[in-house]
Amino acid sequence: MSAVRAAAPGPTSPVPPAEIALRPGISAGRIVALLLRQLFLYRRSMIRSLEIIYWPVLDLLVWGFLSVYVARLRGGAGVAVAFLIGGMILWDIFFRVQQAISVSFLEDVWTRNLVNVFVSPISTVEFLLATMLLGVMKIVVIGFLLAALALALYAFNIFQYGLGLLPFVLNLILAAWGMGIITTALILRFGQGAEALAWALAFLFQPFSAVFYPVAVLPPALQAAAWILPTTHAFEGMRAVLAGRAVPWAHVGWAAVENAVLLGLAAAVFAWVMRIARETGLLLRTEG
Amino acid sequence: MAGVDQHAVPAIAVEQLTKAFGRLVVVDDISFSVAPGEIVGFLGPNGAGKTTTLAMLLGLLRPTRGRVRVLGLPMPQARQRVLARVNFTSPYVSLPGNLSVRENLTVFARLYGVRNARSRMEGLLARFGLAGMEGRTTGRLSSGESTRLGLVKALLNDPQVLFLDEPTASLDPDGAERVREILRQIRAERGMTIFYTSHNMQEVERLSDRILFLHRGRVIAEGPPRDVLRRFERDTLERMFLDLAREGQEVSAP
Repeated sequence: MSAVRAAAPGPTSPVPPAEIALRPGISAGRIVALLLRQLFLYRRSMIRSLEIIYWPVLDLLVWGFLSVYVARLRGGAGVAVAFLIGGMILWDIFFRVQQAISVSFLEDVWTRNLVNVFVSPISTVEFLLATMLLGVMKIVVIGFLLAALALALYAFNIFQYGLGLLPFVLNLILAAWGMGIITTALILRFGQGAEALAWALAFLFQPFSAVFYPVAVLPPALQAAAWILPTTHAFEGMRAVLAGRAVPWAHVGWAAVENAVLLGLAAAVFAWVMRIARETGLLLRTEG
Repeated sequence: MAGVDQHAVPAIAVEQLTKAFGRLVVVDDISFSVAPGEIVGFLGPNGAGKTTTLAMLLGLLRPTRGRVRVLGLPMPQARQRVLARVNFTSPYVSLPGNLSVRENLTVFARLYGVRNARSRMEGLLARFGLAGMEGRTTGRLSSGESTRLGLVKALLNDPQVLFLDEPTASLDPDGAERVREILRQIRAERGMTIFYTSHNMQEVERLSDRILFLHRGRVIAEGPPRDVLRRFERDTLERMFLDLAREGQEVSAP
């Protein structure tokens, strides 16, 4: 039985006219609206909120203790701990930002809200910007939490490397945006059956991105392919900084150039899929 | 037709609109216009092309041929400007069930740039019998309450054109009549154009100034309900609908 008793619908209730502040082009208000939709979701669900930190913390525990063990076997090579934990934290930043974009889209598919969103004045660019910002908000929380835990458990202070890591973190965010947009486009194109891509696609690139080992470990043919990925440059650069060397700006530059190509490709793929969606009615069918 | 301005720029103007998916022609060269302030019922059996037409009017689908103008602006080219001034609801789409009523309406008020969101929400919720439910989780509303909440969302921005897909499908007869009364009153207050689909033929006869009857992608009848019935020699729209949908027999004007 309902706790709140509904009144009968009545045509006499006064309703003031709407005061509309319509901003053409890209509107911060509309982007904030979509961000609010996600933040309300997290505020209302403790389980969902905990899920943001649950997997990253478990990853950190497993990889952290494994690194400590490996370091002891090798006679206390502290840099191995730094490489593995640093790799894990930066990978999580990449993965969570990428995932935030596609899962935000899936939230609207799962709740049959996609049509409501796309018949509102939100543009595709605003829609994507909101999901990209959500990813950054998530990793600010996760990043600081993991950094604090790594310091407490393994005496690994990622902040001692200062601004040296920042260009690589920023490049990983750009790469994650590109991958997230492509993943979302694929889910829109192939429907809910493709939703596993939101979790799986990033891991397809993990072995070639040299997250936990240097590119030199890969067979020569794969090394050539690996350097095409901006993530590879980011993780190679990260290792150089963690080893105490100067910031390898060549890796920063290559990652930035490859990210520009990736984001251009992502924009083209998304625009192409949206065009197909408007030709074939995918926006109506995705929810079915 | 109180409040209908037949000489103004049409609220909706459709010219030779066609939509084909491969070889399947779902909407076949239809043309019609809807005057500002008019209530038009868009009827037809399942598969007649109603949803496809609505999707083209809302910019969710690109026409294969033909032109759509809403409030004088071309769709989907002027999509963002048009969608800010119209709204839509359907029992086949939902507001996120895991958010509260207030949270959902806040999100959509911001999407539509409604500055006086709070007073709009309170007034509309009261009008649709949902006062006091702001804190309720949307997924826990009854289907009738969800339908009415969808209407509240669709009216938040005072749309000049309101597109409705079976607006009273999940309501009991009393609730449906109350909603029809509210829609008539809002039309009278604001001069809003209402373009809606329905399978409830009695409702269509009572609410519509005019109907468009779609069959196999073509408009086969158009006009005030009584005129259409007279022309097609049927007693009720329900009879006409059944002749089309159940027996597949052609209904033609004498």
